[in-house]
Order: sequence, then C-alpha cells, then structure tokens
Amino acid sequence: MKNSRAKTIQLTLSYLVILFMFAIILYPILWIVGASFNPGNSLSGSSIIPSDATLSHYKELFDLEKSDYLLWYWNTLKICFITMVLSVILVSLTAYSFSRFRFVGRKNGLMTFLILQMIPNFAALIAIYALANLTGLLDTHLALILVYTGGAIPMNTYLMKGYLDTIPKELDESARMDGAGNFRIFWQIVMPLAKPIIAVVSLFTFITPFTDFILARILLRTEEKFTLAVGLFELISGQFGNEFTKFAAGAVLIAIPIAIMFLSLQKYFVSGLTAGGTKG
Amino acid sequence: MGDQEKNYSTNHRKTALALSIIPGLGQFYNKQWIKGIVFLILTASFFIAFTDLIQYGFWGLFTLGIDPTYDHSITLLVEGILAVIVTLLGLSIYALNLRDAFKVGKQRDQNQEPNSVRQQYQNLIGGGFPYLMMTPGFMLLIFVVIFPILFVVLLSFTNYDLYHSPPANLVDWIGFQNFIDIFRIKIWRETFFSVLAWTVIWTFGATTLQIALGIFLAVMMNQKGIKFQKVIRTVFILPWAVPAFVSILVFAGMFNETFGTINNDILALFGLGDIPWLTNPTYTKIALIMIQTWLGFPFIFAMVTGVLQSIPSELYEAADVDGATIMQKFRQITLPLVLYAIAPILITQYTFNFNNFNVIFLFNGGGPAVPGQNAGGTDILISWIYSLTVSSAQYGKAAAITMILSLIVIAVALWQFRRTKSFQEEDMM
Repeated sequence: MKNSRAKTIQLTLSYLVILFMFAIILYPILWIVGASFNPGNSLSGSSIIPSDATLSHYKELFDLEKSDYLLWYWNTLKICFITMVLSVILVSLTAYSFSRFRFVGRKNGLMTFLILQMIPNFAALIAIYALANLTGLLDTHLALILVYTGGAIPMNTYLMKGYLDTIPKELDESARMDGAGNFRIFWQIVMPLAKPIIAVVSLFTFITPFTDFILARILLRTEEKFTLAVGLFELISGQFGNEFTKFAAGAVLIAIPIAIMFLSLQKYFVSGLTAGGTKG
Repeated sequence: MGDQEKNYSTNHRKTALALSIIPGLGQFYNKQWIKGIVFLILTASFFIAFTDLIQYGFWGLFTLGIDPTYDHSITLLVEGILAVIVTLLGLSIYALNLRDAFKVGKQRDQNQEPNSVRQQYQNLIGGGFPYLMMTPGFMLLIFVVIFPILFVVLLSFTNYDLYHSPPANLVDWIGFQNFIDIFRIKIWRETFFSVLAWTVIWTFGATTLQIALGIFLAVMMNQKGIKFQKVIRTVFILPWAVPAFVSILVFAGMFNETFGTINNDILALFGLGDIPWLTNPTYTKIALIMIQTWLGFPFIFAMVTGVLQSIPSELYEAADVDGATIMQKFRQITLPLVLYAIAPILITQYTFNFNNFNVIFLFNGGGPAVPGQNAGGTDILISWIYSLTVSSAQYGKAAAITMILSLIVIAVALWQFRRTKSFQEEDMM
C-alpha cells in the first residue's frame, strides 16, 4: 500500500519533469516558427502567435531575385553529397587496407590517424586559408570539399576499420582459394557485408559539412557561393542588417527536413557512435 | 652478427648495399636488370623534376626571402614545406632501394636464387596492394591535413602579422619569441590566462551539465509505468536532430536584448525584463552554458538509454530484496555501469566542447568586448584564434596559440587512448 503511493508520487514527479523539459525543448521551436510568420522585419512588439500571419518571408526566400537562399541550399547539398561520396570511397579503401593487411608502416599509420582525429582540422585554419589562396582555390566549393574529405578520413577510417575487423577473415581466405584477387574480395565480399558501417560513415560525412560554419566562412567569399550555415548567419548579422523574420523562415526550412531525416536515421547514428566509442 | 657472417662464404649483401648508394647499381650487381633500371630511372627523374624545387624550397624555408619586391615569404614557406615533403618521399624511395639490394644480396649469400621478374611482379601486386589502395586517401590527407599542421607549426616561429605581411614586407624567423611574448607581454598574458580559465570552466561546466541532465532523463524514462514513451523520447531527441548552427542562431535571437523573447515574455512574467544577456560577460557565459546543455543532453540521453536497456534486471531485483532505496540502486548499480560503458564517449564530449567554436561564435561572436584584453569576454581558445587570424591579422601569435591548444588536446587524447582496450590489443592495432 505504502509502496504504491510512493510509486504514484514518483511517477507524478517524473511527469512534471517531462512537462518542464517539453516546455524548454519546444518553446524555442514554436517561437521561431511564430517569428517566421510575423509580418515586418523585426519582432518588436509582436506576440508568439502573430495575429496577422503571413507567408511573405517564405515567398521571399524562394524568389531567386530577392534572395540567394535557394542557392545556398543547393550549394550545401551539393558540397555535402560530393564530400560524402568521396569520403566513403577513400575511407573504405584505407580502412580495408588497415584491417586486412599487415604492412610496413601500418602501426604508425594507425597511430597518426588516432592523433589526427583528435585535432579539429579547422585548428589549422590560417594554413588552409593561405594554401587555398596560393592554389587559387579560395572561394571555390572544391576547396571546401577537399578539406572536408581530408578531415573526415582519420576518424571514419578508424570507425570502419573497427567494423571490418569483426568480419571473419575466413571469408576472404576461402574466396582467395577460389582464385579471387584482392580487389575482387574487397568489392564482392567485404563491401557488401560492411553495408551498415557504410551507412553510418555516409551519414557522418554528410552531416559534418552540413553543420560546419568556420571553414565555409573562411574559404567562401561571394554571397552566391555561401553554404546555409554562412548564409543564415549573414541574414541576422552583418551585411543584410536585421532581417530576423526572414532568418526565422530560413531556419525553419532547414530545421524541419533535417530533423525528419535525422529522426528516421537515428538508430544508425547511435550504433555508429557506440561503435566508434568502444572501438576507437 | 659475427657468428652469422662466418656461415656465409660470400659477401654479396654488403657489396650490393654499398653499390646501391647509386640506386640501381646494387640491383644490377644482383643481376636484377629490370628492377635496377626502374630504380635508376626513378632516381634520375626525381632529380630532374625536383632539384629546382628542393634547392629553391630549402633556400626559401631558411631565409623566407630577402627582397620584398621579389620574394613572397608565405609562398616561400609553402614551397619550403613542399620541398621537405618531396625530400622525405625521395629519401623513403632511397631507403627502399638500399633495403632491397641488401635483402637480395643476403638471399644470394644464402645460396638462394633471386626472385624472377614474374615473382617480383607478383610480390609487388600482393605486398603493394595495401599501399596502392591507401595512396589516394593518403595523398589528400597529406595536403589538406598534414600540410596545414606543418604550416602552423612553422608559422608559430615567425613574426607574421599585419606589419610583417607580404607582399609589402617580409616575414622573419623569430624563434620562440611568440611563445615568450604570450607569457611576457602583459596584455597577451592576461588575455591568455583569462581565455584559458574560461575555456576550462566552459568545458567542464557545459559538458558536465549536459551529461548529468542526459543521464538523469534517461534513468527517469527507464522506470516502469511511464506512458507515451515513444513520443517523449522523440521530443527529448529533438535538440540533437535540429542542426546546431540553426538552434544557436535562434537562441541568439531569443536572448536578444531588444526583441528577444527571454527578456520580453518569459522573464517579464517574473518582473525581470532587462537582463543584459549579450552585453555583460557573466550573463553571456550563463546563457552559453544553458544553451550548450540544451544542445548536448539528447546525445547523452540516447547513449545512456541504450546502455540502460542492457543492464540485467536481476541486479535490481537482488537490490530490492536487500531493501535498497532508489538512490542506493542508482548510485551503486546504474551509475557505475553507465559511466563505464560510455566513458570514451564522455571524454570525446569534453574535447568537443573544448573546441566548440560554433556555439561561442554564433551566439555572440565571443563578445562582449572586455577592457584590458584583446579577446572577447566569452572567447574560448579556438574562437580567440579565429578572431586573431581573421580580424586582427596576428597570424604568428595565433599559430603559437594553436600549438598550445593542440598540445593540450593531444595530451588528453593520448591519456585517453592508453586506457582503452583497443589500444593494447595487438590485432586491433
């Protein structure tokens, strides 16, 4: 009897905490959605649910003559997609070599990767800027893609190598008996079995450039070449002045699709990070 | 070695090694003509292609230019690093040549037939395969990761700043002067230590809070009897699902002192409506830690939820029999198991926040400005480096601080990895 009362109190308290967390999590989201429907440029004197809601900010964003927003969206998706494809190819090749071959320099190579993945590659941003400047790659998407891909190699190689290590080597050996060459084993035996980790690496290498701000900010100069992170930042600071409601609409248009994508792929994220944590 | 030498009647390995001082000759001596020619051609083309680059590169690296009208110090520095990398590549080919001549000579000393061309080809394909596969990734890594690191290391020993900046001026080597200045000159020293102190407080404060909140919510959701589990969990994950830069910018708007909802709507309810969130460093710091907790707890929540589901329920049943309270069960069973399972992830969370540029910069640009130092009131090391580079062109000092920051991160990383199992297992490495 006493036990069940304690239980009820405990559950009530839990629900109160949950309610409180809901408020904290959802309030910013509702506020920004509300702001995006607000007429005018600033929010002064408005309420969270605007009485005269308008879609004009969304229309403005979709109007290529008035805003580069669609371009930024396209740039970001393009950069992320190419980075993802390049990284997956390079990471698979490197991880397979590290996992299956014992060669001179292997141990040192792994050590180097381990240390490199700890230093964020934007720590060397002066160098990246100078290098891009010298090679004429400043203000190009190619420079960004190369930097993102290079930066993705160490950590993701480690992640994938850990997974490949768990695929039994007997499979390789029996294929070798049947006369398969190294490349064939890689392509037809190991890669199909590594699909789960390829999915994880693809996700990571897609989302990292998407959320990066600092490198894009340093390397990109012209407005038409911006990525979403840089563009959105410019909308509320600097040259565009205070266009907070327009920014709000832009933020909503990024947050919703990405959140939906993320929630549907969430289990891959968790499994990938757990693997990276225990094996890295 | 002496004993072994007596076993051989011939001394081909030493002769081959000595002849290989000119690459290829040792292979000729071993009667491996094709291999010898390959080495000879490789060496010749290396010298033809790179002699200029190496000479000019090393000259540039040492002098950083002598006449500002012709020499661009930073270009010279970049070419110098290129020359170093090319030289290292050349030396490794050279070492390969010596090693090969010695090995084949030894085979001959032991009266074994040297490999035929066919066998050599197969050896190359078999043994060379991993190198072949790694080359593209490795090349990219050299140019976009290792190259910049070398560049920053070298830059930290130069006086590259606004007043020593090409093309009008030359950059010079100044040894450890940047490091000395950071600790000697008052404004630099005070800025460095106040930024470092805030970086440490930020790292520990924000990370620990997000971990505590994540674990607390996960444990709470794990109790029996909570309804709508799925919906609640999805909402709890939401801050992770929205890209962080979007959330941070939204928060920057919410905390805005003129139109922000925090002051105007929420705090106004309690009669506090004018807290200077963006102009008072202390309030900005509080806001930043709260924001990072909001951004970071869902990740911990998701991880811990996974661990909790794998804890066998017998443990709790046994504790119930012994009459343990909820707190005792949490402290003695749940917490140790959870912390053990997610320890590596927790450490990466700390290093992540240590370098969490986005939240600091996007929220308030590292500001507000504080008198008496050349960093903003909420700048952490990485955002300070950014503003030194981008707004005040203090490249040399910024590079020196980058070095200090990297040393801290590497020390923590090595300490962490020496403790993880995978580092010690031979097969994992």
